[in-house]
Amino acid sequence: MPLKSRHLLGLEGMPKEDIELILNTAVSFKEVLERPIKKVPTLQGKTIVNLFFESSTRTRISFELAERRLSADVVNFTTAGSSIAKGETFKDTIKNIEAMKIDMVVIRHSSSGAAHFLTKIIDANVINAGDGTHEHPTQALLDIFTIREKLGKVQGINVCIVGDILHSRVARSNIFGLKTLGANVSVCGPETLIPKEIEKLGVEIYHNIEDVIPKVDVLNVLRLQLERQNSAFIPSLQEYHKHFGITREKLEKATKPILIMHPGPINRGVELSSDVADSEHSVILEQVTNGVAVRMAILYLLGTMGN
Amino acid sequence: MRVKEKIMDENDIERTLNRLAHEIIERNKGTKNIAIVGIRTRGEFLAKRLAEKISKIEKTQIPVGVLDITFYRDDVRLKLRQPEVKTTEINFTIDDKDIILVDDVLFTGRTVRAALDELIDFGRPKTVQLVVLIDRGNRELPIQPDFVGKKIKTNLNEEVKVSLREVDGEDSVLLIEHD
Amino acid sequence: MKILFKNARIINPAQKLDEIADILIVDGKIEKIGKIEENENFQVYDFTNKIISPGFIDMHVHLREPGFEHKETIKTGIEAGANGGFTALCCMPNTNPTADDPSVIEYVKKKSKEALGGIVDVYPIGAITKRIEGLELAPIAELVEAGAIAFSDDGNCVQNSSVMRKAFEYISMFDKAIIQHCEDKTLSGNGLANEGYWSTILGLTPYPDISEEIILYRDLRLLSYLKPKIKKEKYHIAHISSRGSIELLKKFKDAGLNITAEVTPHHLLLTDEDIWKSNYDTNLKVNPPLKSGDDVDALVEALKDGTIDAIASDHAPHAPEEKESDFASAPFGIIGLETTVGLILSEFVNKGIITIHKMIELLSINPRKILGLEPVKISEGEKANLTLLDPNLEWIVDERKFKSKSKNSPFIGWKLKGKPLGIINNGKVFWSSL
Repeated sequence: MPLKSRHLLGLEGMPKEDIELILNTAVSFKEVLERPIKKVPTLQGKTIVNLFFESSTRTRISFELAERRLSADVVNFTTAGSSIAKGETFKDTIKNIEAMKIDMVVIRHSSSGAAHFLTKIIDANVINAGDGTHEHPTQALLDIFTIREKLGKVQGINVCIVGDILHSRVARSNIFGLKTLGANVSVCGPETLIPKEIEKLGVEIYHNIEDVIPKVDVLNVLRLQLERQNSAFIPSLQEYHKHFGITREKLEKATKPILIMHPGPINRGVELSSDVADSEHSVILEQVTNGVAVRMAILYLLGTMGN
Repeated sequence: MRVKEKIMDENDIERTLNRLAHEIIERNKGTKNIAIVGIRTRGEFLAKRLAEKISKIEKTQIPVGVLDITFYRDDVRLKLRQPEVKTTEINFTIDDKDIILVDDVLFTGRTVRAALDELIDFGRPKTVQLVVLIDRGNRELPIQPDFVGKKIKTNLNEEVKVSLREVDGEDSVLLIEHD
Repeated sequence: MKILFKNARIINPAQKLDEIADILIVDGKIEKIGKIEENENFQVYDFTNKIISPGFIDMHVHLREPGFEHKETIKTGIEAGANGGFTALCCMPNTNPTADDPSVIEYVKKKSKEALGGIVDVYPIGAITKRIEGLELAPIAELVEAGAIAFSDDGNCVQNSSVMRKAFEYISMFDKAIIQHCEDKTLSGNGLANEGYWSTILGLTPYPDISEEIILYRDLRLLSYLKPKIKKEKYHIAHISSRGSIELLKKFKDAGLNITAEVTPHHLLLTDEDIWKSNYDTNLKVNPPLKSGDDVDALVEALKDGTIDAIASDHAPHAPEEKESDFASAPFGIIGLETTVGLILSEFVNKGIITIHKMIELLSINPRKILGLEPVKISEGEKANLTLLDPNLEWIVDERKFKSKSKNSPFIGWKLKGKPLGIINNGKVFWSSL
């Protein structure tokens, strides 16, 4: 049974079977990554464009590796321009690329809804690598894959997402995906960084990390975007670290082992102390490995979908 | 559709596998350098049965691996099919080994072609020898088995259905005619 | 011109007029109303089941000229207005240069007379502050003399309370309305969608609805404070959009302040959820943003009970390449001159929410009163200033029939019942192409 949509725009509304298909397929690709020749010929002859309007080295490299390991031809378009790029430039850029006969586009853009907009103007399969503060589905999928691999299941697992939820596409995608698979999800962050009415998504809200630690199996810690501080959402990073930073001391209050996750890059000493980031509980580096496998699975499932 | 003929029953399959196990040991002058790799799905179980028989005869353990060839299929690339992917498990090095590649039915040869491509990505075997339970003819590629259980002539509207107890609950090989 | 409409339903609530009769227009004047014999010199139209109303006026329009002619010009804007059934419109001052100088007002008035033979009366709105920067008062007296009908800084809502206070005091000397687009920009910031569940799901920068109420409350308290001093005030709320604002409006109206409000058709018909449903359609990106179903209910109630005085479109044309973009980059605003009348007939009058009488009050009688314009009379001897309507005609909104240069409307493709047929004004007649 192929995926229901020919694009991957977000996890909101994605059926459980589709999420599970991606995760199960990713298991096979993880095995490919263990081989001496980390390559399969499956997407040979396909051209994939990485359209990154927002700079991002790690996500782009992860996608590029996934694409090359599927034997696809890869083109990178990076326009590190301002997010308020004129509409004409965006649409014209896309149309020009499409005219070069490409099969799939991976897009990252600073504007929410940009991936949706892309599907309205081109025919190729579109994969959302992060649109504004809306969704980052491949990150959430690799997060969920990691949880499933380490804990054996997702249903009933207690996950807390910590940090700037208001501006986080990683948080939104994780909430949508985890809820679909039956996890218990909560968010923890300063009130100024919690979006209005997010409880309607079925998540509990906490304002102190120490209240969360005894209750969870997984902490998914978000990067605190340093630029935000300038807009005065929080008084200082020190204060943030005190109430929301994960430290070894705070983790001692845990009643069971907690998986520590982070989408990267880490601000050591802000969201996480170094000894937590490097501890045995941290699966941050495995997330990176899983990221390539999950992205290969998505590219495979969309790229080999019937016409 | 109707069952045209029961080509092999439980006992036939057992005897055939016994013979094939002996042939493999004979041709390779023992088991020193061999590893058995089954092609999913049913090739896996035939491979494991053969490995067990060979181990018993020669009183030694043989490495066994399983190959999922989905990513190497030529019909998947052309978007003709999107079968469910399962894992490949080759936990030993295949360099310089004599690989005994096992499948249930040899037909067009495309499955074996894909399996060979995938195997070569794992390393450089000394030889690859093909074992099939049934060779039903109608080849589309120049691929021939080294060890055959039974060779039969079939038409394109017929299906050779191999059932194995591990996955289908019984052992049999049926020739089925489709309309 | 000798036009005879037979058997028309002639309605003007201000004259307590609602009768079926023939009406003869000769050289722009109403010659006769009653039973009229046909004559080979007359152009005769069978207006059975059709309506003749005092001419409609859209008091909130952006004509974009001078300065933004790629979006719309005075000529195309006027054509769109006539096409939509309007005999008059008021244009906002956020042109380039802004209408903070009498020369701009004069230019707009002059150019408007050249379009379609001057059939549509254009009343330019003057800026409150120089360059609509919100710091120094514009030359109000000169602007009044040049013909400014009212004053507004529109989207550049005056943020500084001291400047707004002075504006209230100064403009009170001229008996002209101040039209306020209420927005506290420190709260709305870079907001794109109404703050709430839908903005959270969509990941769109939130725009709290209280941005509107906070400025509204500030202005109403300022006016209450100044009333003993300035004696008369004339304050008009542009595109009111939330329940909270309606409650403030009611409260201060009841307390005796001379305040009025307009609402747009899109705020009456669409919600923030529609942005999600449409997958970020930029034709739903408006300022003030679309709000919740509860706010829409409050607006419809206020429309019915008279709390809201007028309907205006806030016609905001933008070129296709500007709107065909991601949500954040696209400019705010949608066109409305050619859909307003059809939408109100179809979704409100024909659905029994308001009567045709109310519609005429909202689109003709009340706006003219607010702006200090002479009321339109439909009587023998009067100048003909008429909007022609077919309340039963079913049609589909088709952008290829628009006269506007821009096509940014979320209503394209809507099936409506009730359509503007044309207008008669200043001795000319125009038939709609919609």
